Amino acid sequence: MADYRKITLDGLWHNNPALVQLLGLCPLLAVTGSVVNALGLGIATTLVLIASNLCVSLVRNLVPSTVRLPAFVMIIASFVTCVELLMQAFTFDLYQILGIFIPLIVTNCAILGRADAFASKNPVLPAVLDGAMMGLGFSAVLLLLGGLREALGQGTLFADMQLLFGPAAAHWKLTLVGDYQGFLFAILPPGAFVGMGLIIALKNVIDQRLDQRRAARATPAVASGSKRVRVTG
Amino acid sequence: MTLIHTSSPHTGRPGHVGGVMRQVILATLPGLAALVWYFGWGPLVNVLWASVLALVFEAAVIKLRRRPVAFYLKDYSAVLTAVLLGLALPPYTPWWVTLVGMFVAIVLAKQLYGGLGQNPFNPAMVGYALLLIAFPVQMTQWAPPVSLSGDNPGLLATLKVIFELTPLPDAFTHATPLDTFKNKGALTQEELWAQVAGLKDSFGAWQAVSLAYLLGGLYLLVRRIITWHIPVAILFALFMVSGFFYGSDPSNFAPPLFHLTMGATMLGAFFIATDPATAATSNKGKLVYGFCIGLLIYIIRSWGNYPDAVAFAVLLMNLAVPFLDYYTRPRTYGHKKANKGIRG
Repeated sequence: MADYRKITLDGLWHNNPALVQLLGLCPLLAVTGSVVNALGLGIATTLVLIASNLCVSLVRNLVPSTVRLPAFVMIIASFVTCVELLMQAFTFDLYQILGIFIPLIVTNCAILGRADAFASKNPVLPAVLDGAMMGLGFSAVLLLLGGLREALGQGTLFADMQLLFGPAAAHWKLTLVGDYQGFLFAILPPGAFVGMGLIIALKNVIDQRLDQRRAARATPAVASGSKRVRVTG
Repeated sequence: MTLIHTSSPHTGRPGHVGGVMRQVILATLPGLAALVWYFGWGPLVNVLWASVLALVFEAAVIKLRRRPVAFYLKDYSAVLTAVLLGLALPPYTPWWVTLVGMFVAIVLAKQLYGGLGQNPFNPAMVGYALLLIAFPVQMTQWAPPVSLSGDNPGLLATLKVIFELTPLPDAFTHATPLDTFKNKGALTQEELWAQVAGLKDSFGAWQAVSLAYLLGGLYLLVRRIITWHIPVAILFALFMVSGFFYGSDPSNFAPPLFHLTMGATMLGAFFIATDPATAATSNKGKLVYGFCIGLLIYIIRSWGNYPDAVAFAVLLMNLAVPFLDYYTRPRTYGHKKANKGIRG
């Protein structure tokens, strides 16, 4: 029986597609210049991931393993097309900003990777949960990086949210530093690499601390008085 | 009379890191003096401010890494990085630009890779390249030579401008000769020299600064802190390729002397490319490394987006150093040929 807790934790933390598997880095690094771009791509990727995991899991016993990859890519491509058309219909401005990276979700290795490694071997419910959690984990990293780069690069947060949430969201923009000079580096691709590296390092540090704490709890404190025989005067 | 009562070898103090770094810093002093003479107090303030920042960042990171702070600060490597970056910055660089640059140089480019000797890229040049990309406006406001602007704003006024208590006056910015040449548009070289006001003055000032760097570089050569391979290869490559293009179309390309003495060529050839941690190690490798840097400097200067190219050229070749070292291993004594690669 599938362990739902483990699937959830894997997707969000232990096997996070962006931080641990380092999959889908191309869109991750390319479009996280601001929170709204990151959120847009995160939602699109998560939707495709859930839907493709669902379908792949449904057809997993019908597709011969020799042609499974083309079949999965076809499934993913159809869902990406759906998402693309939906974005054109409802968030056209954002669609234009994200540009080629929406169609490129087809080639996002995180999606094909989950389809092949998990959905094709598991029943529908765990597969859908896995898709959702992997998508959420990926989106969380996108958002974190987008927020970091927007704050550093422009001194704002949540600028242009009306692209995604309609005109009511136009005043969500937070100006962190008034009269900010701008830090072009954070918005350009090298800033994404540096930011990504720092986030991965942060995750590793947190994991290390957790491991240390667990190890400290697991090994009981040394009993007072050494058990070694004293051999020198 | 004292008798030597230690056993052989009777060499002097072994060259330790701190000593070498201090010598290199000492060798930059003629260049710094020339910059101060021609461009006012700005470069000196930059170097000092960058050094303070370097020591603070270095100490903070070493403290975080739980290593002895005093021991690592005393090797002067952070100060040298600060001096090189400070010399490369425009004279009236705002204080926070230097702060960002030193943070990137010391924390990201040096300590994150494991500190001195572990860094694959020259920290000062990483900081400089990042600043050039991140703050193009502030990083391209070079000052006019004092002889041209007519007044030297004094130490206090310079400090006020750098720490942004007073705004940067327009008279404090001026295109460098490399800038002028980059943006010459349809002018031929002869027209450029005849028409652009002040080009001759700033050309003279930059030439003097380059000569001062050359002097410092020769001192390093004499003290055997660097070998001749890298600087000679860089200058040779730059001379040859710029001579070739100048010879083919003299009204469109700058003469070799212009490339050798403008911008950061001399600083780069003697002080930056020769950084022992990031340069190629074998003599043959050093020659290839230097030659490619010279070539890249010319290519980026002539057909790239930026007027000067030393930082980018050095960083690109830093990337190639493991490859160069792999293929240029010298033959060890007793072996018929060099043992290349990692096979036992």
